[in-house]
Amino acid sequence: MARAVTQKRKLIATLAAWTIGMAIFFPIFWTILTSFKTEAEAISDPPSLFWFDWTLENYGVVNERSNYPLHFMNSVIISVGSTVLGLIIAVPAAWSMAFVPGKRTKDVLMWMLSTKMLPPVGVLIPIYLISRNLGVLDSRVALVVVLTLINLPIIVWMLYTYFKEIPGEILEAARMDGATLKSEILYVLTPMAVPGIASTVLLNIILAWNEAFWTLNLTAAKAAPLTAFIASYSSPEGLFYAKLSAASTMAIAPILIMGWFSQKQLVRGLTFGAVK
Amino acid sequence: MGNITLNQITKKFGEVEVIPPLDLQINDGEFVVFVGPSGCGKSTLMRLIAGLEDVTSGNIQIDGRDATETPPAKRGLAMVFQSYALYPHMSVRKNIAFPLRMAGMSKEEQDAKVEAAASVLNLSAYLDRRPGQLSGGQRQRVAIGRAIVREPAAFLFDEPLSNLDAALRVGMRMEISELHKKLATTMIYVTHDQVEAMTMADKIVVLQAGVIEQVGGPLELYHRPRNTFVAGFIGSPKMNLIEGPEAAQHNATTIGIRPEHIGVSTESGTWKGRVGVSEHLGSDTFLHIHDTGLCDLMTVRVSGEMNVHHGDTIYMTPEADKLHRFGPDGLRLD
Repeated sequence: MARAVTQKRKLIATLAAWTIGMAIFFPIFWTILTSFKTEAEAISDPPSLFWFDWTLENYGVVNERSNYPLHFMNSVIISVGSTVLGLIIAVPAAWSMAFVPGKRTKDVLMWMLSTKMLPPVGVLIPIYLISRNLGVLDSRVALVVVLTLINLPIIVWMLYTYFKEIPGEILEAARMDGATLKSEILYVLTPMAVPGIASTVLLNIILAWNEAFWTLNLTAAKAAPLTAFIASYSSPEGLFYAKLSAASTMAIAPILIMGWFSQKQLVRGLTFGAVK
Repeated sequence: MGNITLNQITKKFGEVEVIPPLDLQINDGEFVVFVGPSGCGKSTLMRLIAGLEDVTSGNIQIDGRDATETPPAKRGLAMVFQSYALYPHMSVRKNIAFPLRMAGMSKEEQDAKVEAAASVLNLSAYLDRRPGQLSGGQRQRVAIGRAIVREPAAFLFDEPLSNLDAALRVGMRMEISELHKKLATTMIYVTHDQVEAMTMADKIVVLQAGVIEQVGGPLELYHRPRNTFVAGFIGSPKMNLIEGPEAAQHNATTIGIRPEHIGVSTESGTWKGRVGVSEHLGSDTFLHIHDTGLCDLMTVRVSGEMNVHHGDTIYMTPEADKLHRFGPDGLRLD
């Protein structure tokens, strides 16, 4: 009896998982499909699923009209740059919060998290004006700095959780072995936290890659990453669904591929604290 | 050199005073064991010496130099932790070499020292393994190896054997004692196990609630416990402590007699009682005696086997010269 119940449950769970998975993936699937249609077919009613004239025309047009490599490089520099800068700040910060907590450590952590609850548009004008006055509007540097600050709370929180799992005695052993604070963090803590750091890095790159609010508002042409590249095809004057889809596909493909290959690491990292 | 002097050191965690003012002198080359019940402050005391905790007041001198404010890395001490605290991402070789690497020693020198330590500790075959692939005893040896390559002024052992099974524990106990003979370096060893304390120590420091109850050699503590706490704590099974009229007869508030210093007979004796549980160890038998009218439960040791059963009446005679007498403040008389 018990066996039959588990079998049935397994079937239901599997079906539910596939259904939800499909529902989540459908928009991406549809975008990719649309990118191979003509503009007329993209808006045809009823929509055609696979039986249309497949064309690469949209990709050709998009490549001609925009400088994809430039936007791609901007995206890479901004997401990797903000992640690296974030780590340099967050590793020592998380170390101190996890291993030498003070009276107010919990409050600091909560306060950092609370900044994520603020609608970004609330600080758009000051940040825009500061960037303009510093002459860094539409520069990669400005975006790296802004995105670092935006995602820093998440990086610190994630690292803090991973560091909490590392027994303090090992760090004390390093101290007894003559390690300075720098060597302790560099040679003992960081290598032990590699799985956690790796998933933090992956998640942060994805967040930064997809970040649209700041990248759209602080860039024009030079530093515009792929999000701005997509947005340039969403114009109110005409119907460019197919081209918009082609641009979207080109923008999300790199991060989708990276995510696919690192999914094991990502899942392990994200559930690290939960299962152990 | 490894002289360590503690002058009037205290430690408070918030409002709680874990260590009231405490003085202690540890001489070069001594094997000193801190022993006491859980929560008596013995680990805290060791961590103060290591520098992993800051003293609230007082000062610590290592080889005549004030080390109170010196960070742990600079005190020249090596510590072996209860959990071993090995670096899981490094091979055994790298674990042992870590302190040398931190000291900026050349690669060749590091290798030579690691090889030497590994051969002393029978670890040569495991140098390229990770700690996760070793048994408990081997991990413990790696932790010791990591400590000895530093050639520290003193070794600190924080309950190093409590994660090992009984048989291994006896073996490692010998190895550590052996190591002490070979290196002749000061060793400070924390344990709650008085058997470890008795078998390994040159000097035992008995602690209770952060206060040193007695400092002395194992046999000194056994033969002349300074107070009733030490009398009850050192020795296994525990000393029988008797209060009341029987003690008054000896002009004392409490008298103590060890289970091995009581003669047993089925016919006659000073005290009378009823046999409860008998523990047969083969070489000895421990009898737990009820209804003596002296204390709740008395323990006596009988050599070999004795033909007594649960419920039998038995007579006991203490060896007069082995009686310990304690005054109303719990301190030893005479």
